[in-house]
Amino acid sequence: MTAISPKKDKLIESKPKVWTLPQVILMLVILLFSLTCLLPFVNVAAVSFSSKSAILRGDVSFWPVEFETTAYSAIFSDPSMIHSLVFTVEITVGYTLFSMILTILMAYPLTKKRLHGRKFFNFLALFTMYFSGGTIPIYLNIKELGLLDSPWALILPGMLSTYNMIILKSFFSALPNELEEAAIIDGATDFQVLLRVYLPLSMASLATLTLFYAVGKWNSFQDALYYISTKAFQPLQLKLYHIIKGSQAVDVAAMEGGASTVATSVSESIEPATIIFATLPILVVYPFVQRYFVAGVTIGAVKG
Amino acid sequence: MSGETRVKKPRGLSWIRRDWRLYVMLILPVAFYLIFCYKPMLGLMIAFQKFNMFKGMWGSKFIGLENFRFVMNMPDFPVALRNTLFLNLMGLIAGFPVPIVLAIMLNELHSVPFKKVSQTLLYLPHFLSWIIIGGMVLQIFSPSTGIINATLLKWGWIDKGIPFLTDGPHWQFTYTLVGVWQSMGWGTILYLSAITGINMELFEAAKIDGANKMQQIWHVTLPGIRPTIVVLLILNVGQMMNISFDRPYVLGNPMVQNYCDVLSTFVYRAGITNSQFARATAIGLFQSVVGMILITGANLITRKLGEEGIW
Repeated sequence: MTAISPKKDKLIESKPKVWTLPQVILMLVILLFSLTCLLPFVNVAAVSFSSKSAILRGDVSFWPVEFETTAYSAIFSDPSMIHSLVFTVEITVGYTLFSMILTILMAYPLTKKRLHGRKFFNFLALFTMYFSGGTIPIYLNIKELGLLDSPWALILPGMLSTYNMIILKSFFSALPNELEEAAIIDGATDFQVLLRVYLPLSMASLATLTLFYAVGKWNSFQDALYYISTKAFQPLQLKLYHIIKGSQAVDVAAMEGGASTVATSVSESIEPATIIFATLPILVVYPFVQRYFVAGVTIGAVKG
Repeated sequence: MSGETRVKKPRGLSWIRRDWRLYVMLILPVAFYLIFCYKPMLGLMIAFQKFNMFKGMWGSKFIGLENFRFVMNMPDFPVALRNTLFLNLMGLIAGFPVPIVLAIMLNELHSVPFKKVSQTLLYLPHFLSWIIIGGMVLQIFSPSTGIINATLLKWGWIDKGIPFLTDGPHWQFTYTLVGVWQSMGWGTILYLSAITGINMELFEAAKIDGANKMQQIWHVTLPGIRPTIVVLLILNVGQMMNISFDRPYVLGNPMVQNYCDVLSTFVYRAGITNSQFARATAIGLFQSVVGMILITGANLITRKLGEEGIW
């Protein structure tokens, strides 16, 4: 059977040709789009490795000019930068851990049809996707809870994403019911069923959600801007924001005329180097996790 | 043992004995929803109060729509409202068709490895924070040292740098362009999965009837993904009043204040920076209500036009 089917396929449909003129034109157009997503990075990376004078002359395009690594040594020798990096990693890990626990604890019971009040709990979660208190009431809530200017303000408020919970719920629902029944006959409790049967079987989806949460936290900035004022609790993104705004102020001053002396006093490659520094972790994991994300989006859209 | 109790039809309150562990699981997440989602919804009350931080939302005086009236008369409000609507509208007009076109093109690619690599690159911007993107934008569009202006200057196409970020209309253009760029690749995912869902026999039939590639796209692919297009369009129209905070906040600067100040940044400034909690809450509530009206209206119109809406 296996020997016949490829032949049969060939008879019905010959393999589409790749190197026809329309295909080449199509590839060129898509290549153009793809390059717009890649080249900005190449440029920023090239600038981060170039000398100040080369940058100010506008000489740097996609390859470092007068190669140097001063910007990076400046970043790595700045203790506040390293502190911020470590702090961001801690926050991200803690947040992701809490988020996963809550997401699992919410999703699992909701897949049980026998659960009384299932509709109510479902509604409780779904309603928050369409309506929220908004910026200020949420801010006041954090304030009332005494979380203002505490690292917990970066962890607790966004712990559970209903969207991710729905994705996990649909993964859990796809597992056959017989698994649970068999485990219960063997005397397992709901906790044991969840821990020993469901979780091991949904490692791929758990990995997806972990990354959803981790990337989201790594990139988050708004919560830190709203709730954090102590320097020691500034995550990397907020720090980067201050660096960017600092150098933009110089640009604006330059546009308004004069003030070019200020521009020369700021090291031009620090900002791009910080951008690369903060993006690198994402870029490293990105190729491996991308396909999980794509799967997550389609499920979320279908089930949500 | 416990299996036996399960087989019996639950009578009275025996479901509690059977399922109490599931309820224990729900305690933490439900507490989360109540504390961090529903409690702030109660806080919306302060939009109708002369809110006093010390008296709290239960002790403050009720003043009806006074806050709304005050906000509408603030000179910044119409500016922020106009900018929000304008930037969202530009984003919709420029950004909505791009993922559709891209998805159709990606779908027509024959080379699988080429498709994989370009998708990987196209999805990339979605994974970056607006701070990172904002930083790159400032770098690339910078008036004299940015690669775009530097290159154009070198080629002699322009005499002085184009003020991409420091002149109002130019800023609006840059803002829109960057938004389209950031979301175009990610936006293709839903369309691509909708295209895969189209019955292959329709394409075969079209081919037999002598339809060329363009005709197939026009008469089979596009109608096939029409429900997806409609749903996403409704959702987008429903979001007209909502604008993300990070993007305008990071890309904006004092030189284009009248162009980059939108409702989200206005709420932040009024509420958190200046502690005008009640008034800022009133703006937020106004936004939500108009948003609800917009999405219901868009849904109603599409259903009148004979399409399937989102509910």
